[in-house]
Amino acid sequence: MELSGAKIFVESLKAEGVDTIFGYPGGAVLFLYDELDKAAGDIDHILARHEQGAVHAAEGYAKSTNKVGVAIVTSGPGATNAVTGIADAYMDSVPMVVFTGQVPRALIGNDAFQEVDIIGITRPCVKHNFLVKNIEDLAPTIKKAFYIAGTGRPGPVVVDIPKDITDGSEKIAFEYPETVDIRSYNPVIKGNPNQIKLAASALLEAKTPILYTGGGVVLSGGAEQLTELARMLNFPVTNTLMGLGGYPATDPLFVGMLGMHGTYEANMAMHKSDLVVAIGSRFDDRVTGNIEKFCPYAKIIHVDIDPASISKNVKVDIPIVGDVKQVLTDLVAELKRRDEKPNEEALAEWWKQINDWRKTDCLHYDQGADVITAQYVIDKYWQLTKGDAYVCSDVGQHQMWAAQYYKFDKPLRWINSGGLGTMGFGLPAAMGVQLAHPGAEVACITGDGSIQMCIQELATCTQYQLPINIISLNNGYLGMVRQWQEFFYQKRYSMSYMESLPDFVKLAEAYGHIGLQIKDPADVEGALKQAIDDKQRLYFLDFLTNPEENVYPMIPAGAGQNEMILV
Amino acid sequence: MENESGALSRVVGLFSARGYNIESLSVAPTDDDSLSRLTLVTRGSEQIVDQILKQLNKLLDVVKVMDLSDFQHIEREMMLIKLEAKQTESIAMIKQIADVFRGKIIDLSHKTFTIEISGNSDKLDAFIEAMSEQTILEVVRSGCIGIARGNVALKI
Repeated sequence: MELSGAKIFVESLKAEGVDTIFGYPGGAVLFLYDELDKAAGDIDHILARHEQGAVHAAEGYAKSTNKVGVAIVTSGPGATNAVTGIADAYMDSVPMVVFTGQVPRALIGNDAFQEVDIIGITRPCVKHNFLVKNIEDLAPTIKKAFYIAGTGRPGPVVVDIPKDITDGSEKIAFEYPETVDIRSYNPVIKGNPNQIKLAASALLEAKTPILYTGGGVVLSGGAEQLTELARMLNFPVTNTLMGLGGYPATDPLFVGMLGMHGTYEANMAMHKSDLVVAIGSRFDDRVTGNIEKFCPYAKIIHVDIDPASISKNVKVDIPIVGDVKQVLTDLVAELKRRDEKPNEEALAEWWKQINDWRKTDCLHYDQGADVITAQYVIDKYWQLTKGDAYVCSDVGQHQMWAAQYYKFDKPLRWINSGGLGTMGFGLPAAMGVQLAHPGAEVACITGDGSIQMCIQELATCTQYQLPINIISLNNGYLGMVRQWQEFFYQKRYSMSYMESLPDFVKLAEAYGHIGLQIKDPADVEGALKQAIDDKQRLYFLDFLTNPEENVYPMIPAGAGQNEMILV
Repeated sequence: MENESGALSRVVGLFSARGYNIESLSVAPTDDDSLSRLTLVTRGSEQIVDQILKQLNKLLDVVKVMDLSDFQHIEREMMLIKLEAKQTESIAMIKQIADVFRGKIIDLSHKTFTIEISGNSDKLDAFIEAMSEQTILEVVRSGCIGIARGNVALKI
């Protein structure tokens, strides 16, 4: 049977096993929406209230499942609104396919209504993108898009579909390709055995080693293998912001997050280490601090699926290109094959040193009787959910506190915008997570600044009855901006005060949700419990917190890892 | 790279986005219809060049990358240059210099000469220098192309 482009689109999604698609309709995608409506049940379309929300929701879906997230938007403004989400997915290596409508082929280049060159606009922030030029290419392009998005180092792929390809004026037989072959794209999965042997020897010789692991562990599904490796060697483990949950945070080998707002022990251990084992992490500037002062004594092993990540910022001694899970599996096997043990005496000494650093108790906070401390709220939420919630975060101080105080024991539970740092990410991401995990406890930890950037998505939550718990740490400031202004701009708080904040309780109620404002520290636990226990409703918990609280510890920009401000 | 629209802009975009420099660029289809060959001259430390190669390899439209400076190789660039003789006496000198550089006069009019010359980029620079006493009206350079010596071939 011959099918229209719109029908081919829907059948291709079905063939990819897509069950949920996030989007917003418009002129150029009307034929696609007509077919999507008929496919309801097989493919659930979730109507966001802004294209940015749709794309972040697809990211949340992908980040909490490791499946490819899917979004659809119309041409022109629909497509440009999606760009922030696409760039966000690119920075955090999120597997995602975004379909954009395009004006009919005959009008491309004519400055037609709602025309924009989205292929040109997104080129620097996609793993790849395609303009579908004829109906015969549609199914093979979709096949390629999903393959590219989900393999190797994952990332977003944009598929731009002109309206006249979908309108049924042309129909062709539908056959979804079973395989895909792209001659220039063959991600390396298996690490070079010789490099793995070299790495194994280095691990066994190390006296002050540390495993520094990132989002690649989570993305590759290699958390178990990492745990096995660390325990087998008795090595300390630190996670990047993106890597949280890749190693159980409550495990004694875990020394916390590293980097600008990482723990004292993690950063000191990195600084003094003689062997840094970077696994699925990319030596981001927020991790390294001043690159000249980074890990001065260490030999560096780097495992990454992306060759371009290796020796990009820091020169690596033993590079291993491959899938993290696969490489860790092979590395563990190699170590088992050898009849050697790591240097136990040196490690005992190393742990003694690390435990000394731990004594600074750099994440200590005081919760007094008067004002709510943000750290306390997150700490409580962690205790009440036993570390098992899906925690989505916006961007700012609350994000750092969430990373510091919510102890993630499992991968895929921590959903945040790490690379791009997109305020407004949290709420729509939480929608995607909740839809992927119905019945699960999902929180959006946010602030009074971030939440207002995608606040319209509260309506989406109403429509699909998503019982997300919004934990807003409302300090009346753009807290992270204010903190930097306090430290580095002599307290000139230029534009960081959020005047005219809405009444968030009434706002939540206006959208049909439950809003609670909490001022008294004694009420924090009760409010959190109420929200957690109610599995039906979205709670907007507006915690009024200490306005001038800072995130500590902190490595100021330009300083070395051993130059932390503790309090 | 793939002989497809958009491929070139991905390469060029990569260079501008990451702050790499392009000294010259030359691109054209090859004997294989599906492929274009792009020769690009850039400068940078070993670390930067290494990063450029990796980033290029990451582009899906780039099929294979080769750093010609790793091999013995031949470089050529073609130039068309239009000159105006300052004085009538200069005309003989222009012809003479063109001969020395194995340039060909391919067009002339009253007082103007168009010369075609090829070689490596240094030679073309030297030719321009040698003609500096004349009025140079136009310089068109193709950008450098190159090929490795001997058995080494950039093929898929």
